[in-house]
Amino acid sequence: MRIAIIDYGAGNTQSVKYALKRLGCNSVLTSDKEVISSSDKVIFPGVGQATSAMRKLKSKGLDLLIPQLKQPVLGICLGMQLMCNFSEEGNTDCLKIFDSNVKRFNNSLKVPQIGWNTIFDLKTSLFDSINENEYMYLVHSYYVPILKHAVAISNYGINYSTAIKKNNFTGVQFHPEKSGSKGELVLKNFINN
Amino acid sequence: MLAKRIIPCLDIKDSRTVKGVNFVDLVDAGDPVELARYYSENGADELVFLDITATKEDRKTFAKLADEISKNINIPFTVGGGIKTVEDVDILLKSGADKVSINSYAVKNPDFINELATNFGTQCIVVAIDAKYVDNDWFVYLVGGRVKTEIRLFDWAKEVEDRGAGEILFTSMDHDGTKNGFACQALEKLSQIVNIPIIASGGAGKIEHFNEVFKSGNIDAALAASVFHFNEIRLKDLKTELKNNNIPIRL
Repeated sequence: MRIAIIDYGAGNTQSVKYALKRLGCNSVLTSDKEVISSSDKVIFPGVGQATSAMRKLKSKGLDLLIPQLKQPVLGICLGMQLMCNFSEEGNTDCLKIFDSNVKRFNNSLKVPQIGWNTIFDLKTSLFDSINENEYMYLVHSYYVPILKHAVAISNYGINYSTAIKKNNFTGVQFHPEKSGSKGELVLKNFINN
Repeated sequence: MLAKRIIPCLDIKDSRTVKGVNFVDLVDAGDPVELARYYSENGADELVFLDITATKEDRKTFAKLADEISKNINIPFTVGGGIKTVEDVDILLKSGADKVSINSYAVKNPDFINELATNFGTQCIVVAIDAKYVDNDWFVYLVGGRVKTEIRLFDWAKEVEDRGAGEILFTSMDHDGTKNGFACQALEKLSQIVNIPIIASGGAGKIEHFNEVFKSGNIDAALAASVFHFNEIRLKDLKTELKNNNIPIRL
């Protein structure tokens, strides 16, 4: 199986590659459109700021490519947020795969949310063998509200979508590559299903 | 519900852990990667690696170590020690570190915090603050607590938040090494002043101290070194006990 990790200069791509390696999967870090398009699975990671991330995607033409992809795509953290319509972070137009805006957590909370939070109302095979209320590692200041496409929920002041799925596109707000053995299981489910 | 985090801290010199560690089941307790793996498998929520040599040449070795850690563990980790440039941070984050911790250099060059936040986002910038209670107030100290400044802890904490710190790692030099408990009062006040996560450090000696610190203020994480390294507190026992005390904990 060929797994492409989209490399657009945003965030911690190396950790995703190493997590896949621990699962016995080789992957390639790439911004090459041909390589991405011809891969069996695509991972769209991202840590950082929405505006500069979109700028980097555009400079490589990836903003047009990603919504057209036909194989399973997994957006992680900022990657998930960028698959939405628009982000309040820098008032940024995003990839418009999910019909939702990305909002900032209310200031009555500590922002960013950093740490291990539970995920619940789990749906789809992405969460095979994962128990309700399992802990996953999250670091974020912005969130995707509850959508009809939500396949997992977390709560930080309010309930929000911690995983979303529409057709071949899946997004997770948590970092499966940093969430211990349970996180690795989510990655494994993405790869195997 | 967001869990409170327990964070073992490892001091690194020449790519080796410095303080002695006392685990019979480790082949090489001086190997940070092996120790990191041990902690991650035994319930640590996060790890901090502090490079205490931090000369320019060592920075490259430290980045290599970060890469090695990232290959081998599946929980988040923070690296710190001697970070002075955007490039230092870039290399460490690209090597797989999740966050970087800056301390003395930020006190002397506060704009550095803004610069890092702009380049990498606030979520990966931890500002470490060492402070001591002198003349009825808390003052910021530099160089591992050796040099006093005239900067007041609570003013500085607010300023680093405003400048883009994503998290504060507060060490009370009065409590560090005493094993008599965390600086709960100062931490409580700190948690009222800033609206970013706070990691408590300095003073952990027994399980009860962790319980105290999480109950006293809105503290997000507690960091300790020797009590874990010398196996005086087992992570599993600690986390079970905290959970029994109704503190949200990941088991």
